[in-house]
Amino acid sequence: MAEPHDTAAHADHDHKPHGWRRWVFATNHKDIGTMYLIAAGTMFLIGGLAAMAIRAQLFKSGMKLFDPSVFNSLTTMHGLIMIFGAIMPAWVGLANWMIPLQIGAPDMALPRLNNLSFWILPFAFSLMIASFFVPGGAVAGGWTMYPPLMQQFGAAFPMLIFAIHLMGISSILGAINVIVTIMNLRAPGMNLLRMPLFVWTWLITAYLLIAVMPVLAGAVTMQLTDHFFGTSFFNAGGGGDPVLFLHVFWFFGHPEVYILILPAFGIVSEIIPTFSRKPLFGYEAMVYATASIAFLSFIVWGHHMFTVGLPVAAQLFFMLSTMLIAVPTGVKVFNWVATMWRGSLSFEPPMLFAIAFLFLFSIGGFSGLMLALVPSDYQYHGTYFVVAHFHYVLVPGAVFAIFGGVYYWLPKWSGRMYDMRLAKWHFWLSVIFVNVLFFPQHFLGLAGMPRRIPDYAPQFTDWNMVSSIGGFIFGASQVLFPYIIWKCVRSGKPVGANSPWEGARGLEWELPSPAPYHSWTTPPSAAVLARGAEH
Amino acid sequence: MTTMKRATFGKLLGSLALLLAGGGMPAWGRSGWDELNLPHGVTNVSNRIYALHMMAFWVCVGIAVVVFGVMIWSLIFHRKARGAVPDVSLTHSTKVEVVWTTVPVLILVGMAVPAARLLVRINNNTDSQVSIRVTGFQWGWRYQYLGTNVSLISKLSQSSNLARQLHSGLGPSSVRHYLLSVDHPLVVPVGEKVRLLITSVDVIHSWWVPDLGVKRDAIPGYINQASFTIAADRPGTYRGQCTELCGRDHAYMPIVVHAVSPAAFEAWLKQQSAVQSEASAGAPAQPTSRS
Ligand code: HEM
Ligand SMILES: [Cu+2]
Ligand SMILES: [Cu+2]
Repeated sequence: MAEPHDTAAHADHDHKPHGWRRWVFATNHKDIGTMYLIAAGTMFLIGGLAAMAIRAQLFKSGMKLFDPSVFNSLTTMHGLIMIFGAIMPAWVGLANWMIPLQIGAPDMALPRLNNLSFWILPFAFSLMIASFFVPGGAVAGGWTMYPPLMQQFGAAFPMLIFAIHLMGISSILGAINVIVTIMNLRAPGMNLLRMPLFVWTWLITAYLLIAVMPVLAGAVTMQLTDHFFGTSFFNAGGGGDPVLFLHVFWFFGHPEVYILILPAFGIVSEIIPTFSRKPLFGYEAMVYATASIAFLSFIVWGHHMFTVGLPVAAQLFFMLSTMLIAVPTGVKVFNWVATMWRGSLSFEPPMLFAIAFLFLFSIGGFSGLMLALVPSDYQYHGTYFVVAHFHYVLVPGAVFAIFGGVYYWLPKWSGRMYDMRLAKWHFWLSVIFVNVLFFPQHFLGLAGMPRRIPDYAPQFTDWNMVSSIGGFIFGASQVLFPYIIWKCVRSGKPVGANSPWEGARGLEWELPSPAPYHSWTTPPSAAVLARGAEH
Repeated sequence: MTTMKRATFGKLLGSLALLLAGGGMPAWGRSGWDELNLPHGVTNVSNRIYALHMMAFWVCVGIAVVVFGVMIWSLIFHRKARGAVPDVSLTHSTKVEVVWTTVPVLILVGMAVPAARLLVRINNNTDSQVSIRVTGFQWGWRYQYLGTNVSLISKLSQSSNLARQLHSGLGPSSVRHYLLSVDHPLVVPVGEKVRLLITSVDVIHSWWVPDLGVKRDAIPGYINQASFTIAADRPGTYRGQCTELCGRDHAYMPIVVHAVSPAAFEAWLKQQSAVQSEASAGAPAQPTSRS
C-alpha cells in the first residue's frame, strides 16, 4: 500500500511484530487461526499418506506390503491423526478467524491462552508421530484404544496417551476461549439469537468439548495406571472391567463425533443462504435442533456397544435415543433444502461443496439410521459398513464443509480471489472419487468383510480394488487444495472493497478484504449490524 | 443364497471385473461383484434381520427420493442462470416445520417396533438343546461342548496360514477358502437350538457368522450368551470371522461352522468323546489356553 506509514489508521490496524516473533508469540486471532489451519493441513497430509498405504495394502486379496502389526498401526494412527490432528484443529482455526469477525469483536477474548492452546499442538503431534519410530512401533489397537489389547503395546503407548492429554488440554483451552469470546465480546445489539449459525454451532461444540475431553483424559489415564502403577480399572484379572472402558470411551466418543460435525452444520448454514440469495430458512429451528443434537449426543453412546452384551432394556434405550437424533438432524437437512427452495442459486466452489455435503452427509445419516436398529447392527457392527457410514459423515461431511468454508472465506482473509476453475476441478474430482472410494465399502461390509484387517478372502477383491482406485485418485486430487490457496495468496486478483459474493450477509463482509489485522476495533454501528446480521 | 437378481447384476459386473482385474476369479468363488448385500442366512433370526435391514434400506431410499428430489428440483429450476428471483420472504413456516418433525417421528416409530420385537426375540437364550462354550484367544477359538469332555481348538487352516505369510511366495488362489478355513470347525446340529457361552482369555474378540445372524463379543471376565437354530433343511458349512480388533493376527482367526443332522452330530460327538478321553489318558489333548 502506498499510504504514509504514520497514519493513525495504520498504527491502529496494522501494528504487528515481525519475523518469527509474530508467530511464536502470536496473540492475534488471525495469525493463530492461520497457524491452526496450516497445522491441520499438515496433519491431513500425513493422515492421508497413511490412508493411501492402507488402501494399497487392501488393493487385493493376498497383498503383502506390510506386516499385519504395521497395518494395524497405520489404521490406528490414521484415525487418531485425522480426528485429533486434522478435523478438530481445522475447526479451531476457522473459529479463530471467523468468530471475532462475525460477532463484531476486535479479537478473541483470551489471546495469550489462544497462543498456548495452539502451541501445545506441535508437541502433541510430534509425540504422536514419533511413536511410529520407537521400538515396537506405533500403537496398533485402533483409535478406540480398547483394553486389554491396548495394554500390549510398548513405548508408543504412554507416548500416545501423553499426546492425547496434550491435545485434550489444547481443545479445552480453545473451547474456553470460544465461549468467553462469544459470551463477552459480542458487539452491542448482537444478541444471541442474531448470531450467525457458525458462531452458534461453535458455541455448542465448545460446551461439548469441555464436557467430554476430560472424560477421554480420565479413560486413558486409567489405562496408564493399569499399565504402570498396578491398578486394575479395566483388568478383569484384577477385578476390573474392560467394558467399563468402552462405556467411558463412548461417553466421550459420541459427543466427539458431533464435535466434528456441528461446526460443519454451521458453515453449510452460512454458505447455502449466500448462494441461494435468500435468508436461512428456520433460523431458530436450526439453533434449537443443534442444541438438541448436542444434548442427545450424551445419551446414545451405547449404540457403539450393541454386541457387548448389554441388558436388552439398555440396548432398547440406546436404539431409541439414537433414532431420536435423526429427528433434529432431519430438521436441519430440511431447513437447508427449504433455503435453496425458490432461491436464486449459483454454483461457486463453496456452494458446490455445500451441496455435495447435503447429499452425501444425508447418505451417512441413512446408514446411521440403519445402524441404530440393534438387530441389523448385530450384522453390521465391526464391518466395512460402519467404515462406510462414518467416512460418509466425516469426509464429504466434515472435510467438505472445511473445504467449503475455506473457499468461502479465503477472499476475505487474503483479499484475493482464487482460481475458480481449479477449485471446481478440485470439487469435481473430490466428489466423484469420494463416492468411488467409500460407496463400495457398504457392499463389502454387508457381504461380510470385517474392518481393521490387512488381508481378506478373494471374493472381496473386486470392490476393494474399486475402493482403492477411488482412494488414490481422491488422495491425489487433494494436492490441488494447497496449490490453489498458495496461488491465491501469492498472485490472486484483489477482490476490492466489495464482498466477492453477491448474496453474502454477515458482519464479516462489512469489513474490508483482507480483513484488517485487528478486526472490529470499534464495534459495528447499529446500521451495519442490522445489515450484516439479517439472516 | 444368491438370488436371481443378484446373479444377473453380478454377471454384468463380472465382465467389468475381468476387464479391471485382468484375470478370472477362483473357480470355486462367487463373483466378487455379487458381494453386495447381507446374506439371508439359514436361521429364522438371520432371515428376519435381513428383512428388517431391507425394510430400513427401502425407507431410507424413500426418504432420499423425496428429499433429494426437492433438492434436485431446486438445483434445476431455481438457479440464477435461469433468471430465478429469490423469494426472500420464505424464511419460516410453522406448518411445514411441524410436518417435517412429526412425519419422521412416525416413520421412526414404524421402524423401531419391529426392531424391538426382533431384539427381544434374539436375546432369548432359554430352552437350548446344546450348549457350547466359546473362548477367544490370540488368535483362534476354543469350543467346549458342555456336559461332555469334547473340546476343540479351532485355528486358521494350515494352507491359508502358509499362504498368508509375508514371504510365502503363495497367493490366495493356491488355497481353497483363503482365510476362511480352519483346522477344526465347530460342529453343530441343524434344527436344534444351540446356545453359545462366549468369553475370552486375553483381549476382546467378537464371534460372527453372518449366515447365523450371530455376533457377540468375547470379553475377558464376562460370559456372553448367544443362540441360534439352523433350519433343519439347511445343513452345510457357514463361515465367519472375528470382528473385534484383537492384535496382530485379528484377520487370521476365522470361524467355520459345520451344520449336520442331529444324528450325525450325536455320532460325531460320541466319536470325539472317545478319541479325546483316550488321548487325555496320555497327554492332555486340550492345549492350555494362553493368557
Ligand atoms: C443420523 C445420525 C447418526 C446416527 C443415527 C449414527 C449412528 C451410528 C451407530 C449406531 C454407530 C455404531 C455402529 C457400529 O459400530 O456398529 C455409528 C458409528 C460411528 N459414527 Fe455415526 N451416526 C450418526 C451420525 C454420525 C455423525 C454425524 C458422525 C461424525 C461426524 C458419525 C461418526 C461415527 C463414527 C466415527 C462411528 C464409528 C466409530 C468407530 O467404531 O470407530 N456418525 N454411528
Ligand atoms: Cu455414536
Ligand atoms: Cu479379532
